[in-house]
Amino acid sequence: MEKRQLRIALAGNPNSGKTTIFNNLTGTRQKVGNWPGVTVEKKEGDIHKFGRDMRIIDLPGTYSLTPFSIEEIVARDFILDENPDVVIDIIDASNLERNLYLANQLRELDCKVIFALNMADVAKSRGFKIDAKKLSELLGVPVIFTVGNRNEGLDDLLKAAIALAESPLEIPEERRVRYSNDIESAIGELRDFIKLRVDATFSYNLRWTAVKLLEDDKIIKDRIREQVTAESESILTKAEKLRGKLGNRLDDDPEIVMTDDRYGFIAGTIKEVLSTSTLQRVDISRNIDLVLTNRFLGFPIFIFFIWAMFQTTFTLGAYPMEWIDAGVGGFSTFFEHVLPDSLLKDLIVDGIIAGVGSVIIFLPNILLLFFCIALFEDTGYMARAAFLMDKIMHLIGLHGKSFIPMLMGFGCSVPAIIATRSLESRKDRILTILITPFMSCSAKLPVYIALAGTFFAAHAGTVIFIIYLFGIFVAIVTGRLFRTALLRGEDAPFVMELPPYRVPMMKNLLIHMWDRSKMFLKKMGGIILAGSIVIWVLSSFPQNIQYSKDYDAQIAMVNQSYEQVMPGNEDDENSLRQQKDAQIHEISIAKKAERAEKSYIGRIGKAIEPVFQPIGIDWRGSVALLTGFVAKEIVISTMGVLYAAEGDGESDALSNALLKSGMTPLSALSMMIFVLLYIPCLATIGAITRETGSVKWTLFNIAFTTGVAWGMSFIVYQGGRLLGF
Amino acid sequence: MRLNEMREGQHGRILRIGGETRLRRRILEMGLTKGSDIYIEKYAPLKDPLELSVRGCHVSLRVKEAAEIDVEALTDY
Repeated sequence: MEKRQLRIALAGNPNSGKTTIFNNLTGTRQKVGNWPGVTVEKKEGDIHKFGRDMRIIDLPGTYSLTPFSIEEIVARDFILDENPDVVIDIIDASNLERNLYLANQLRELDCKVIFALNMADVAKSRGFKIDAKKLSELLGVPVIFTVGNRNEGLDDLLKAAIALAESPLEIPEERRVRYSNDIESAIGELRDFIKLRVDATFSYNLRWTAVKLLEDDKIIKDRIREQVTAESESILTKAEKLRGKLGNRLDDDPEIVMTDDRYGFIAGTIKEVLSTSTLQRVDISRNIDLVLTNRFLGFPIFIFFIWAMFQTTFTLGAYPMEWIDAGVGGFSTFFEHVLPDSLLKDLIVDGIIAGVGSVIIFLPNILLLFFCIALFEDTGYMARAAFLMDKIMHLIGLHGKSFIPMLMGFGCSVPAIIATRSLESRKDRILTILITPFMSCSAKLPVYIALAGTFFAAHAGTVIFIIYLFGIFVAIVTGRLFRTALLRGEDAPFVMELPPYRVPMMKNLLIHMWDRSKMFLKKMGGIILAGSIVIWVLSSFPQNIQYSKDYDAQIAMVNQSYEQVMPGNEDDENSLRQQKDAQIHEISIAKKAERAEKSYIGRIGKAIEPVFQPIGIDWRGSVALLTGFVAKEIVISTMGVLYAAEGDGESDALSNALLKSGMTPLSALSMMIFVLLYIPCLATIGAITRETGSVKWTLFNIAFTTGVAWGMSFIVYQGGRLLGF
Repeated sequence: MRLNEMREGQHGRILRIGGETRLRRRILEMGLTKGSDIYIEKYAPLKDPLELSVRGCHVSLRVKEAAEIDVEALTDY
């Protein structure tokens, strides 16, 4: 008979080496997704070992199961509702006391638990000796020593998990966490009260339910209302009454006393199982922090690391970007030649390849950026960065950890928004996501270079710098505004562990980097593809345009006239041919410009021109801004087409055309500000929707950014005109 | 005295933890319980937050949060 698949969940504190154990157990057979409804990463992997099929599920790393953060809720709900066969709690053996808090909450949960005393080598070198047998006896839980990064003990761990899965569940009553007498009697009373009022379908352990109700656990109260409809109110009223009584007797909230009691229980356990040799340990992390969070050196070193990250991402990334660019170019040339002239060919070359190419080209940046972030996270430096920056970020109403995503925003908003996952509180996360697009991303730079270069020649650098500063300024102001108006409430506490520094494992870094990049490609690729096709359709239809001039005839005429004068002399012939090509080029650009003007997108541009007129942008600028919705780089290429100047922004052709078009330095400035602030690109909007999990916030962001952009540009343009510029 | 009045390099013991329930539980769950011994590692370069060690781990909290914790100093600074 084929035995059914076992489901084994891994729980544990952050920094307990859980991820390493998960990676070593499942190898490359990992599936990464999200937990339903939230953006917490869910990882699982199927393995076959010791004759059993097993699914390993990596629960989020948490310090406790008190349902405050999303991670904690996700982890607890999984154990409660999905009933995994076994829960393995990965415990940092060198930090037994704190890790036992979560371990005991798991034991209380009435599931089958195994303790993996991980990093046993570190514990030993620090002079800790743990009596695993005693621990196992005291708590009624199998205990296995492991060294995750050397793959030691993992087979034993799996064997123990299989054995436990097949044995009946029983944690003897006397091995449970004992609370003080007042609390125990309240628990007993409430448990008996519940017992009489629920039927066999009630799925939670009764003692545990009583404990949670005495702790005023909101989620469990809701569950009671769902599961025990008839008697739920009487149960909750009873719990409330007991809580009140306990509160009076103990002179404190019951949940606080219970937390104390748990630590008391842990202290008792520790006394029996842990012996510390007199060997005075050296705290290496403390020594490293003497430098890295030093009063004087801390910030300079931090700035250096950030600088190095950006250098790596953008300078090193530039090489593979070139190759990819060449590859995409080759691809498009190939189709250009192979396919017969048709609408399908245009769609493939100008729509699909150009659109997808514009995303794929960021892959090296994204990979490198995520590699650096993973490096910061896995070494433990990320927590120090938050420690250094918290004071500054707190002024904007944000958490220290918000700094990293905002900084990444200067590169690309998409990974920046994904990076907000490291923030605990949902409010902090949403706030950071909403203001990150104001950090001017690298795709906007070509627009500034073209406009500032043309209209502020000598001061272009200064103007661009001011634009960047202005973005930061708007981010700060909106941050404060949202914090006080929209996302009010207590700040997330900064009670945070500064984990010991560790040498990161390459395997973990690479898996981390690849998972996130894959997600970027999969999700963003689809959106960009769809967007590019829409823009392509809008700009290539209607097909039959009535041109004001017969361009083809003009080209034919040019050809003809040169044909007649072609002399025999080779040198003259070459220069004449160049002249001819230049003339034909000019005519075909004029044709392209008229075609763009008369296409649907041109018509839309003309239709919305009145909206942009007050901020000094004509219909061509409007169209360019519209296309910038797909990706900001496109703004410049659209302007190239519309101002009838083939160019990539750095060529003089576009500058000359812009100067002739009636644009002034003031309207150029207004346009730059608009580009800085307005609606983020499609990929970013996709990321916002995914990470906030809310269409409402996305729409709000679109409306807000565009509104602010228009308002600011209006102030600058009209104000400038009043001042006589 | 309050935790935020302690200086770098000072040892102390926690007497009482105040503040709203959510914050208190967070603090407790990180191992900062009544009676536990603490050591002030340092204040961040901008004087906020602060880093302390308790039960062998390093924990950081804001000065405002530390002000909710009553301590007795075990050493002079």
